[in-house]
Amino acid sequence: MLKEILNNASILAIPFILVTILIYASFKRIKVYESFVEGAKEGFEVGVRIIPYLVAILVAVGMFQASGAIELLSSILAPTLNLIGMPIETLPLAIIRPLSGSGSFALMAQIIESEPLNSFTGWFAATMTGSTETTFYVLAVYFGAVGVYKTRHAVIAGLLADVSGVFASLFICRLLFT
Amino acid sequence: MFIVYLIVFEILCGKEKMLNYIWLFFILSAIIIGAFNGRIEEVTSAAFDSAGKAVTLAIGLIGLMAFWLGMMKIAEESQLITLISKLVKPIAVRLFPDIPPDHPAIGSMVMNISANMLGLGNAATPLGIKAMEDLESLNKHKGVATNAMCTFLAINTSSVQLIPIMSLVILKEVGYTNPTQVIGSTLFATTISTIVAIISVKILEKLPVFSVERLLKKEANDA
Repeated sequence: MLKEILNNASILAIPFILVTILIYASFKRIKVYESFVEGAKEGFEVGVRIIPYLVAILVAVGMFQASGAIELLSSILAPTLNLIGMPIETLPLAIIRPLSGSGSFALMAQIIESEPLNSFTGWFAATMTGSTETTFYVLAVYFGAVGVYKTRHAVIAGLLADVSGVFASLFICRLLFT
Repeated sequence: MFIVYLIVFEILCGKEKMLNYIWLFFILSAIIIGAFNGRIEEVTSAAFDSAGKAVTLAIGLIGLMAFWLGMMKIAEESQLITLISKLVKPIAVRLFPDIPPDHPAIGSMVMNISANMLGLGNAATPLGIKAMEDLESLNKHKGVATNAMCTFLAINTSSVQLIPIMSLVILKEVGYTNPTQVIGSTLFATTISTIVAIISVKILEKLPVFSVERLLKKEANDA
C-alpha cells in the first residue's frame, strides 16, 4: 500500500510539476514558449561553467579510489568498528559514499548480494546509502555553477551530515533488523 | 573523529584552505599509496578517465539544465515561485534569515528539496543549480559562499529522502522480503542527519574562522 503510493508519487511527480507550472502560467497569461526558450538559453552556459570544478573533484576522487587508499583507510579504521557495532564489510561503503555515487551504488549492490538474505548488514548498507549523499560532487557542481570557490563551513557541515546519517542508520537498523 | 580533526585543522589554518588541503590530500595520498600498492598505472589512468568522465557528465547535464531552467523561467514569470516562497515562509525565515521571505531563491530551493525527497535525481540537480543562482544574486562577495548557500547545501547533502530508489531496487532484485522497509529506516536516518546538518551549519556559521569579513580581510592583507 505504502509502497504503491510512494512508487506512484515518484512516477507522477514530474508530470504533476510540469502541468502545474504550465497551467498556472497560462492562467496568468504568460507567453510560455518565449519564457521557456529565454530560460533554457542559460543551460549550455551552466553546463560548461561547472566543468573545471567537476574535473578537479572527479580526478582527485578517481585517483584516490584507484590507488587502493580506501582499503588502507578501512584497515586502519577497522578496530574502532567493533566498538560501535558496525559490520566491517560496510566500512568501504561509508568511506566511498561522499565521494562517488556510482561507486557507492556498485559497492552497496555487492555487499547486499554477498551477505545472506535479509541480513542486518544488507539492510544497513541499503539504509546508509539512502540516507547519505555524494557530498563532494554536490559541492563541486552547486558551488561551481555560481563560481564560488571559498566554501567556508559547507564541507564540514556536509560531512557531518553524512557521518550522522551513517550512525543514525546503524542505530535504526540495529533496532529494526536484528 | 575525522570531522573533529577537520574542524581543528580548519581552526589551525585559519584561512579558507580546507578544500585546497582535501584536494591535495586526495591526489598526493593516491600517488603515494598507489606506488606502494604497485597500482601507479591505474592511478594515472584513473586521473585521465575521470577528467573525461567529468566533461561527459557536465555535457550530459546541459539538455536537462536547459529544460528545467526553461520551466523554472515560466514558473518565475508567472509568480508561481513567489507563491511557493510565501507558502514556506514560516520555515524559510528561520532557516534563511538573510533572504527576503518572498525572494524566488526560496521557491527554487523548495523545488530542489522536493525533487530530492522524491528521488528525482535528474530534476534535482538542475533545480539545485537554479536555486544557487538565485542565492548568488543576493551575494555581496563574489566567489565566497553565503550563509544561505551553506545552509542549503547542508540540507541538500543530508539527503532528505522519502524514496531511496537505488536501495529499493537492489534489495528487491536480490530478493529481500519487504524491501520497502528500507523506506522507513532511511526516513529515520535521513531525518536525524538533516537535523544534525541544520544545527551544525547554524553553529559553524557563527564561528569566527568561517566569517566572511575575516576571510575578506585576510585576502586584502595577502594581496
